[in-house]
Amino acid sequence: MARKSSTANRRHPLATVALIAIGLLFTGGGYALFSSTATAETSTASQTTIDEGKKLFAANCASCHGLDLQGTGEGPSLLGVGAASVDFQVGTGRMPMAMQGPQAMEKAPQFTAEDTEALAAYVASLSPGPAVPDESLLDGEGDATNGAELFRINCAMCHNVAGAGGALTEGKFAPALTGVAAVHIYEAMVTGPQNMPVFNDKNLSPEDKRDVITYLKYLEKNPSPGGYELGSLGPVAEGLFVWIFGLGAIVALTVWLTAKSN
Amino acid sequence: MSTVTTPETAPAPAAAPTRPSAPRSTSSRFTEAAANYIDERTSISGVVKEFGRKIFPDHWSFMLGEVALYSFVVILLTGTFLTFFFQASMAEVVYNGSYVPLKGVEMSTAMSSTLNISFDVRGGLLIRQIHHWAALTFIAAIGIHMLRIYFTGAFRKPRELNWVIGFILFILALAEGFTGYSLPDDLLSGNGLRIIDGLIKGLPVVGTWISFLLFGGEFPGTDIVGRLYSLHILLLPAILAVMLALHLVFVVVHKHTQWSGPGQTKDNVVGSPILPMFAAKAGGFFFIVFGVIALMGTFFTINPIWNYGPYDPSPVSAGTQPDWYIGFADGALRLMPPGLEFELWNRTWSFNIIIPVLILTGFIVVVLVYPFIEAWITGDKREHHLLDRPRNAPTRTAIGVAGVLFYAALWGAASSDIIATHFQLSIEGVIHVNQALLILGPIIGYLVTKRVCLALQKKDREIALHGFESGRIVRLPGGEYIEVHQPVDEYERWKLIDYNDYQPLMIRPNARGQITAVQRFRAGLSRWFFEDRIAPVSPKELESGSGHH
Repeated sequence: MARKSSTANRRHPLATVALIAIGLLFTGGGYALFSSTATAETSTASQTTIDEGKKLFAANCASCHGLDLQGTGEGPSLLGVGAASVDFQVGTGRMPMAMQGPQAMEKAPQFTAEDTEALAAYVASLSPGPAVPDESLLDGEGDATNGAELFRINCAMCHNVAGAGGALTEGKFAPALTGVAAVHIYEAMVTGPQNMPVFNDKNLSPEDKRDVITYLKYLEKNPSPGGYELGSLGPVAEGLFVWIFGLGAIVALTVWLTAKSN
Repeated sequence: MSTVTTPETAPAPAAAPTRPSAPRSTSSRFTEAAANYIDERTSISGVVKEFGRKIFPDHWSFMLGEVALYSFVVILLTGTFLTFFFQASMAEVVYNGSYVPLKGVEMSTAMSSTLNISFDVRGGLLIRQIHHWAALTFIAAIGIHMLRIYFTGAFRKPRELNWVIGFILFILALAEGFTGYSLPDDLLSGNGLRIIDGLIKGLPVVGTWISFLLFGGEFPGTDIVGRLYSLHILLLPAILAVMLALHLVFVVVHKHTQWSGPGQTKDNVVGSPILPMFAAKAGGFFFIVFGVIALMGTFFTINPIWNYGPYDPSPVSAGTQPDWYIGFADGALRLMPPGLEFELWNRTWSFNIIIPVLILTGFIVVVLVYPFIEAWITGDKREHHLLDRPRNAPTRTAIGVAGVLFYAALWGAASSDIIATHFQLSIEGVIHVNQALLILGPIIGYLVTKRVCLALQKKDREIALHGFESGRIVRLPGGEYIEVHQPVDEYERWKLIDYNDYQPLMIRPNARGQITAVQRFRAGLSRWFFEDRIAPVSPKELESGSGHH
């Protein structure tokens, strides 16, 4: 009997598995090659990380977002949000939310970097979405001039020209961008968290996004040449300052000058 | 009359004996000769003598107008420096200066030259910032100076016209401020101009025509910066300087007002003469004001145009506001409830702009003519050189507080977005609260202030009659407990009891024996002004009152 199947035995017992694996690799590779957002969607997370993320998700997120990410009345579906979105929301402490409100507030992150990564890997493993950006886009070595112009045109109406933040309707707001990590700025542009619109790669190319980050980092690294910025809030802060400190000092001096010596 | 020497030479003989060893120095002889030379040709000694003996009383609140004057001088000095380097042209250039994030960006020459002042002219940024901080200080100082004049009644006869001139100065200062704010042609100033353009276009019928006339065509055009520059450095400063001179001449002609006090009556002025005391003090004070402004310019950024970037009609930054003094107008636009427009005869009729403009115009006119309104209501034709303590004119003080709160609600509304983000409120909530405050604030403020004034007057009366509570309780032999009151000394008491007592006007028939509606109206206003009042303590009351306990 063993002799009879000698031709069959010419193949290694694992050959079938290997063949299927090669076939899958090519199909997958080909798919990846033709898909324009390939770099954004490949995730190299290991199965253990994904499993770890699944447990964390079930324990911390599922009560609002559903066990299968389908969403509930309390929170939106997370299918298709991608690793970038998870990394932004969890990494800045916005998720899990402390309470329902006009928008999720930034706070100290509730998960370690590894746990955040695991959650992101799990969410990304279920459906495709934007991935955490590559380091090369976050170095802040792009074109600050282009970034400044793009920022003024696309971002300043909510975030203020100097990234000091601004008000939106119904208690929502665009947060200040000083002190925000480059990776989170990038992820916010790609995923459009809260009330922010999505700036996809056709709208602002990855290089444009890098330039915007470069400009914001330029503002952060180079303090105002004119002295203390007063929060970069513009004429309101200047007016308040001149009334309280400028005129306050001068009036105090007039009182001192006309005081009678005892 | 016996001497025609100038005041400078007069002390010389007196000073000579104290330093017998030193012969009269060359400089003193030179001063004498020079003074004589000038006087023989100009007869200026009479003016110097008259002017040098002007008396200025000493009170901190009398120096607020000076603060405005000195900041204006700072503005003139720094502004002149800026004109050397600023180019008021809207021709497009490519920026190639030192500021990296704007390198290679197309912008107007005005913006580019302002950036050059900031980054490539030695000391340019400092001077620019001093100029801007001085402008904010200038208008703020005018504001509190006007409040001082108002709340102490210093606008009464014979000074009504000077109030009007002062108020025109305030309006001119606003115009100066706004034209200056618009010159750099950065994003912020361009957006400010766009709002002004909208305000103008909102005027019925003539709006569009005026807008096209001002901007030389469709907004923003290529003319506006040059035109605003001519206004900013030529026309407005010239009018301002003339009005300022007139304002000061009036101060000299009317003599300064003063508080009532021992030896300070309506017929004299107690204080230091201009020469030498006041001039020396004022000169020193000028440098103090200059110093404070220079410190602000050195350590605090103002109007960072490099952040705003060149003007482009499409972007608007969050937190786009005018400088503080235009804030009340911006706030009026923000507080206007929506939906005030309809379509008729194929046209849109919008009232969103014209209503706030009319309300603000009305407010400004009332403030401008307030001295005449009050004089008409009170029927008071006397001259007043003694100031009122605010509590002794309860209705005026209450009206003033109501006006301040009205202005404050408009002003606060201009920063509604900043308030919303910084106190984590919703911007709609801030706007609605401000809308309520705009109406209710003045009413509540009026009522509360009037009661507070009357209560303070009652307290003054109590103290004048019975003295201060000493806190010492004494039991009399009969068992009665009394608190010992310490009488105020006469100097203190004078301040408490010396003020004008007004009565509501009586309605009297005119020559033809008629009582007109106008008279009834006036009598009604007068009743409103003076119905609730605390009469000053009379000498008779003092005599009988002091022996009470």
